[in-house]
Amino acid sequence: MDFALSEEQELLQSTVRGFVAKECPPQTVHAVFDGERGAASALWQGLAEIGVAGLCVPESLGGAGLELLELALVAEELGRGAVPVPFLGHALASLALARGGSLRQQEAWLPRLAAGTARATVALAEDGARWLPPDWRVELANSRVSGRKALVPEAEGAALFVVGCRGGGLALVPAGPGVRVTPEPTLDRGRPLAALELDGAAGEPLPACDAASLIDAACVLLAADAFGAAHQLVRATTAYLQARQQFGQPLAQFQALKHQLADMALEIDPTRGLWWYAAHAFDHVPAEAPRAAALAKAHITERAQQVARDAVEAHGGIGFTWESDVHLWFKRVMFDRLWLGAPELHRERYAALEGW
Amino acid sequence: MDVRFGDEYEKLRAEVQAFCADSWPPRGDAARLGAREQAIAWRKRALGAGFLHRTVPREYGGAGAAQDVLAETVIRQEFDRAGVPHRGVVQGPQMLVPTLLECGSEAQRRRFIEPTLTGELVWCQGYSEPGAGSDLASLQSRAELVGDEWLLRGQKIWTSQADRADMMFGLFRTEPGAPKHAGISYLLIPMRTPGIEVRPLTMMQGGEDFCEVFFDGARIPAENIVGRRGEGWQVSRSTLKHERMLIGDSAIVRITFDALVELARRVQRDGRPALAQPLVRQRLAEIAGYLATQEWSVARMLTALHQQREAQVASEMLMAKLQSTNVQQRIAKLALELIPEAGLIEPGASDATMGVGEFTPGRWVSNYMYSLAFAIAGGASNVQRNIIGELVLGLPRDRRPPSQ
Repeated sequence: MDFALSEEQELLQSTVRGFVAKECPPQTVHAVFDGERGAASALWQGLAEIGVAGLCVPESLGGAGLELLELALVAEELGRGAVPVPFLGHALASLALARGGSLRQQEAWLPRLAAGTARATVALAEDGARWLPPDWRVELANSRVSGRKALVPEAEGAALFVVGCRGGGLALVPAGPGVRVTPEPTLDRGRPLAALELDGAAGEPLPACDAASLIDAACVLLAADAFGAAHQLVRATTAYLQARQQFGQPLAQFQALKHQLADMALEIDPTRGLWWYAAHAFDHVPAEAPRAAALAKAHITERAQQVARDAVEAHGGIGFTWESDVHLWFKRVMFDRLWLGAPELHRERYAALEGW
Repeated sequence: MDVRFGDEYEKLRAEVQAFCADSWPPRGDAARLGAREQAIAWRKRALGAGFLHRTVPREYGGAGAAQDVLAETVIRQEFDRAGVPHRGVVQGPQMLVPTLLECGSEAQRRRFIEPTLTGELVWCQGYSEPGAGSDLASLQSRAELVGDEWLLRGQKIWTSQADRADMMFGLFRTEPGAPKHAGISYLLIPMRTPGIEVRPLTMMQGGEDFCEVFFDGARIPAENIVGRRGEGWQVSRSTLKHERMLIGDSAIVRITFDALVELARRVQRDGRPALAQPLVRQRLAEIAGYLATQEWSVARMLTALHQQREAQVASEMLMAKLQSTNVQQRIAKLALELIPEAGLIEPGASDATMGVGEFTPGRWVSNYMYSLAFAIAGGASNVQRNIIGELVLGLPRDRRPPSQ
């Protein structure tokens, strides 16, 4: 048994962590929340330069040829910094292409996606909380795609959409005629969502499509992102309570608060192995992957959300303000918990997969 | 990353399985022995085969094997699966033996370790007192050196197995003028010594496990001290550490959770299994999340210990006990929601409290109460929260009253 990261994996993670610490302090996230989208683009370009855009793209096509665990390790760091970049959709679309695309499709797109010169995303959900493949109704027929997808991450500026279709198929739809993006006012301003209307847009199927495993991968990345965000929230709250004085002593000296912080850490810190395993299973224990991914998404995002609520409360009045950093992570975690369905949906999937 | 144990350990697993099949349940003459003798006979075989307490040096009855947490995990998994009596009375093998190996004299090791491992010598732990619970170092039971004997006076409480134990390892104040932690010694006490009285306490769910132990001028040999006078506090620390590791063991929790799922499958509600109800499925899946968290956290710890990179998991190790306590309480509570009417009936003597055995309704009721003990024994949950706050998050220590 070797349930630990390799040196290469640790190096990747510390590289991204270093980049985030240097390039994306909370002020930068605030700036993006306040409308400076340029800051977000610069961050994404910087991440692409260190290889983050092409992690799961085969080396022969300009990527790093890595697996879901490496993507998830990066997601943890991006969650830790609440980094407002289009990683989630881009990583999932690249993964879908790398695993399910024809060689021609891969050669047409993956080098550009890996270099960060073109961006892709996934359009999965449909209105009415239709998150999962059996619920999808968008039609792909005669190389034309029609219908409406909802809550598409980072759709604005994307050159390519991987679109979930009726019957659980996936279609490749380049931006162009018949493709209309309508931004939504998104709670997590770092990762804006949009509606995607397709009206006879040119599209072609991904031949080796596996929409279910794309959902598994998404669940793992959301769990890792939420873990990173919540882990950071516990540390940020700890630092704040050590600095803030009341009754002539740091708030952290009060045992009631100490115990609250301990419970927050207890809820989130030990879950690291849960998403590690779900990511590892995706590539190495496929029979276990759907269950592990459903459980990781349900459990970790739920725990992270409660940690975020507790963090606001522990900060007192300042935690409730727009100027505080806390709401950046709070909203990050809300996205992670609710996008692709709330924990209840994934717990029910888990129960069914267990044969309950 | 590889979550498989690998060929070497799967070969070991097969050997352990074969050993269990061959040795348990007892056959022939051994089948006619009492339960205790059967367990002792089995433990001797398992020690001889090098599967039990394998890291204990050969001269003290172990196999002298190098520490290998993966091997120990594989062996424990198979022992649990086979229902063999490998856990026994934990205080001696799991707590005293490591302490003697670290701090005991050669004579103590030679005399006590082997019969403790076989289960022939049963130990109880004399730590807590009526006035010394979480604040253990405030203990007041005294031992005074008179000639070549310690003269014992005072009282211990919550002493599990004291009514069945041959020996106690206990903490006594031997240096009356010394500061709180510096005045304590670690003593080994034969329980049949005159001047010791044991009174079993009945637990809230019925049954007896822990006791009060009264010392009224009992005399034990002066050499029955582990470490030096006044160093008992440090000697005892290694023991507490081992107690925490025991409770962090996730195999027992998985067995209980599987039994909970089976309960939900059996119990009918509105003509269907409770397991078909959305609310029950949600609750079970939520607990499954906590349990899987614990199991993969344990896997991280095993890997780190195996690779001698313990620092990487130091935080998770400090959280393991509270985590395990919380999961077990969630399981206990959900079980009673599935069979609420059973909660009105007092459990019978045949309803096992823990370990292997059938999960009867009475056992679930008993477990509903007994699961609270996990939050109290071996470091209470609020003490665990202090430890996590101080050692994981770096929060300031609690202020002590000025007198201390």
